[in-house]
Amino acid sequence: MLKNVAATLVTSTLVLGSASAMAADTITGAGATFPYPVYSQWADAYQDATGVGLNYQAIGSGGGIKQITARTVTFGASDAPMKPSELKENNLVQWPQIMGGVVPVVNVPGIDGTKIKLDGETLAKIYMGEISNWNDDAIAKLNPDMDLPDTRITPVYRAEGSGTNFLFTHYLAQVSSDFANNVGEGKSVAWPAGVGAKANAGVANQVAGTPGGIGYVEYAYAHQNNLKVAQLENKSGNFVTAGIESFKAAASNADWKNADGLYLVLTDQPGGQSWPIVGASFILMHTDVQNPQAAKQALKFFDWAYKNGNDAATKLDYVPIPDNVSSMIRQDVWSQIKSQGGEQVWTK
Amino acid sequence: MTQSTSGASEDVTLGASPTEQSAVKRNRRLDGLFEHTTRGFALLVLLLLGTIMMSLVISGWPALSEFGWHFFTEDRWAANLDRFGALPAIYGTLVTSGIAIAIAVPVSMGIAIFLTEKCPAALRRPLGTTVELLAGVPSIIYGMWGVEVLAPFLQSHFPTIFPAGTGLATAGLILAVMIIPFITAITRDVMLTVPPMVRESAYGLGCTTWEVTRSVIFPSVKGGLVGGVILGLGRALGETMAVTFVIGNNLFFNPTVTGQGTSIAALIANQFPEADGLQRSALLALGLMLFVITFIVLAIARVMLNRMDRRAPK
Repeated sequence: MLKNVAATLVTSTLVLGSASAMAADTITGAGATFPYPVYSQWADAYQDATGVGLNYQAIGSGGGIKQITARTVTFGASDAPMKPSELKENNLVQWPQIMGGVVPVVNVPGIDGTKIKLDGETLAKIYMGEISNWNDDAIAKLNPDMDLPDTRITPVYRAEGSGTNFLFTHYLAQVSSDFANNVGEGKSVAWPAGVGAKANAGVANQVAGTPGGIGYVEYAYAHQNNLKVAQLENKSGNFVTAGIESFKAAASNADWKNADGLYLVLTDQPGGQSWPIVGASFILMHTDVQNPQAAKQALKFFDWAYKNGNDAATKLDYVPIPDNVSSMIRQDVWSQIKSQGGEQVWTK
Repeated sequence: MTQSTSGASEDVTLGASPTEQSAVKRNRRLDGLFEHTTRGFALLVLLLLGTIMMSLVISGWPALSEFGWHFFTEDRWAANLDRFGALPAIYGTLVTSGIAIAIAVPVSMGIAIFLTEKCPAALRRPLGTTVELLAGVPSIIYGMWGVEVLAPFLQSHFPTIFPAGTGLATAGLILAVMIIPFITAITRDVMLTVPPMVRESAYGLGCTTWEVTRSVIFPSVKGGLVGGVILGLGRALGETMAVTFVIGNNLFFNPTVTGQGTSIAALIANQFPEADGLQRSALLALGLMLFVITFIVLAIARVMLNRMDRRAPK
């Protein structure tokens, strides 16, 4: 009997041992769902190229920040940048890894949603429950040629803390002072009206299944689920269609060089073709890493992604980080990541 | 046996042989050990309850002292503004559980009465087993059914009442389906404890099935019946996964029954993984509220039972 127990113990330690040896070949990260489609594509390609896998849990930006602060993952990912003071407090650095657009998706019975035009003010009113029908005057004024149905609007939003929430509410708070005062911006806000769904995919499903529904998702989710993306009015007063071109136009305004702690949100940017809700997705890592090897492996992956991941990203309608910005990140940001002995983790 | 020998075995042997005496002593020791162990287990439950309560109070205290009564009157749960009001969640919890109990109790009683009084013997076993199997379905399955089947059904058939399909009433319906097997199984079991002779005498006097059930069976097992309902209600109050799927997760207080809202358990499940600081403390205080609500419900049930006992003819 005892012999049996001892044998089981030995084999299980062996199994555990081999599992942890395998774990060394996997980079662990957690956070935003917004860049998840592109990260998972990169991870597949990177594993084929190097044999190193990526275990990325898309649990939302709030969860990502929480997990990296608790040091349970090697890197965290968030669509809402952390303020420079918060970074310092937690010994963290952040950098943008990819940019993309958040888009309003609509499901209006009998109408091609891609032709519907909305502006920020109307969108804010819809989400505050002040505009509750699709044939409301405010929407009719923006879409004079359209025969809008008398269907109730069901706003759909993210139920959990999320970076997509942050980008969307940041934009609405910029364009509507009512929204800024009553709801405010943040990863998790209390919406006066509508339905909360889980994650980008949950919002996409709920809108697809709700006649009269409107929601906001990262563009790739709208694309994959064949959802109708409404046109939005930008700062210059033009109605623009979501897509790589309008995202790029907005992203070209990004001035990363002069952004303290790389804190930058790209909503409501100037430019005739700019899509109004564009954001960068950030990676967070500690400046005093406990496991330098794991950190180095993660940085190698991000380096590879900057060099080889742009095609995959563009195909999914994300905007890659320009080369001059990525070399600045390697030099100024990655150099701050050190082991607890004070040695630099990233060496060229 | 312990009683007859206790306290006297030292001086009075009553003619027992030494082997018999030692057996008696050993039994007494064993009995004492048994008593202490079981008492220890019972006290452990109390201790566990006390420490859980304590830790909830301690970790929820920052939020409770920060907001005071506003914690119960604030109409929203807005983490971005640090405004945490428990009202939407408490309202949603009570409404969904209320709907669930209002539907589940009559249906469960009906099933139980049919199974014990009217059901042909050949059907009794398969039907009973089916009910028990339903009680074993994991709650996540009910949640998936709710979001994939029930919500779209409600939405397509009653679009004016359920524009999105989800909401407090939808959650209440799901909860009703979840607790029906619980209440049914317990009701049936306690009804079967009524001796057949009592039942047959009542039938012999010419009572209808309803009269037998109402005036003979229910009064003699009311404690068990209330217990079953309370168990169901307890599950409804604390159910998390299935409710999160269909309740709509609106963190703003709307006095609605069919519209979207949230419940205490659903709100905690959605926000706890990423909460820290004041938000975390507020969520723990919310957990304490759920605890308190459950206690109040149990207390009300106790009082109701006592009152029924006093009113019953002796």
